[in-house]
Amino acid sequence: MLYEILIGPFTEFEFMRRALAGVLALALGGAPIGVFLMLRRMSLVGDAMAHAILPGAAIGFLISGLNLFAMTFGGLIAGFTVAILSGVVARSTELKEDASLATFYLVSLALGVTIVSMRGTNIDLLHVLFGNILALDDQTLLVIAFNATITLIVMALIYRPLVIECVDPVFLRTVSRSGAPTHLIFMALVVINLVNGFHALGTLLAVGLMILPAGIARFWSRDISGMLAIAVASAAVSGYAGLVLSFQTGVPSGPAIILVAAGMYVLSVLFGNVSGLVRQLFPGRHLEA
Amino acid sequence: MSALLRFNDVTLGYDRHPAVHHLNGEIAPGSLTAVIGPNGAGKSTLFRGLVGLLKPLSGTIELGGLNVRDIAFLPQSADIDRSFPISVFDFIGTGLWSRTGLFGGIGKPQQIKIQQALMAVGLNGFERRGIGTLSGGQMQRMLFARVLLQDARVIVLDEPFNAIDAKTSADLLALVKRWHAEGRTVLAALHDMDLVRAHFPQALLLARGAVAWGDTARVLTQDNLTTARHMCEAFDDSARACVVDGVPARAA
Repeated sequence: MLYEILIGPFTEFEFMRRALAGVLALALGGAPIGVFLMLRRMSLVGDAMAHAILPGAAIGFLISGLNLFAMTFGGLIAGFTVAILSGVVARSTELKEDASLATFYLVSLALGVTIVSMRGTNIDLLHVLFGNILALDDQTLLVIAFNATITLIVMALIYRPLVIECVDPVFLRTVSRSGAPTHLIFMALVVINLVNGFHALGTLLAVGLMILPAGIARFWSRDISGMLAIAVASAAVSGYAGLVLSFQTGVPSGPAIILVAAGMYVLSVLFGNVSGLVRQLFPGRHLEA
Repeated sequence: MSALLRFNDVTLGYDRHPAVHHLNGEIAPGSLTAVIGPNGAGKSTLFRGLVGLLKPLSGTIELGGLNVRDIAFLPQSADIDRSFPISVFDFIGTGLWSRTGLFGGIGKPQQIKIQQALMAVGLNGFERRGIGTLSGGQMQRMLFARVLLQDARVIVLDEPFNAIDAKTSADLLALVKRWHAEGRTVLAALHDMDLVRAHFPQALLLARGAVAWGDTARVLTQDNLTTARHMCEAFDDSARACVVDGVPARAA
């Protein structure tokens, strides 16, 4: 019985195996990005960037229909453009990055919806907005896996300056010129992973598998390495459990994955051993030193 | 061993408004110099210019052949995100950047160095503590440990003894004197005149410009201190462009 509920869908249906491989790749690439977004107080920046990739994907769609590479390429270009423009404005003027990003992503989103409505149907728009992880073909799966691999490799390369830039940016500026390039590379990784999530979960939920696992991890570890591991694990568990939930109940798969992650988040807020509410209510006897 | 630092008619400031105005002078190699002056005198701005965080509005700063990245800088700790989940050990380890760079490993020899730096500032046992759990004094000890690991020829300390107790101040002052004895050039922004008189042979009394600069006993006279206190914290949006010898001042 349990086997049929939890394992059966994946042994029986190829599309479920593809979906599972897709969410695991998304978890591996996106969750570490989400942790750094959260620690850099940029959680909502991820959400804004998710909207920013829309016009690029829409132009790709306009030119080639629901073509994977055209939409991926368009999304990447739009995302990079918004990230670079807002970064340049923030670093060369007194406007903070969140304010400049808000401007550019709103323009980008307006352009995207306009372009989609010029040629698409409501169904096309729904695909763009919500994705469809149950319809991943080989090519899409390979793109997602490739992007996740690139993300992990690049994160390993920029890990040290990224951590120092978060905790003590002035120190990094005094010992190295790597601060600005690191920030830009990190924003590029954000875009890549949003495009990844976009194929599976759509623009509206793409950021979900990045930020919710990061929020969960914050309640279970005081150490950055521990947080990264917990974020990846909770994203993978959310992906798997969300797919099972979707298969067994007929709930759309993307929202199911995010809702499972949200459930884990609520449990973490309540029972997490780092500032969880229950822990605060019943802290135990104080220590001697 | 150490370098000579030279300020050539340096003006540093923000949005064209000078905080340090036409400063000329030298820091001798291996000297121990206190930079003193009222709030707003330009001490932190001078240091930010020295370590390359702020480009001069005009004039130049010579580092005697040193790269700006060879200077260890201890800023006021407000710049650090103390909520970031990083341990004291890992934080101090960032002081090894000049040797490890992006990819260098932190092996056994480096771990021993970090451990020695922790012991030197009296933080042994704090290795695994998160930086967010440290008191103000412990935080300052940790920052000193990182400077220690940087092993720099020039060390710049921005108000290193602010808001810390006498014991911590004494411990960290001993470290400063050790650096001086090792021939390193040390500059520290300070407010405690007694401490400066007792331990710092050289002093720069700053009030946008240099009020006095040289041997501490000659710098810290009542007249000089009074002059510095009456310094003008001028900020005028309608001020004219500064003209020196009939020529508008420009960045070199």
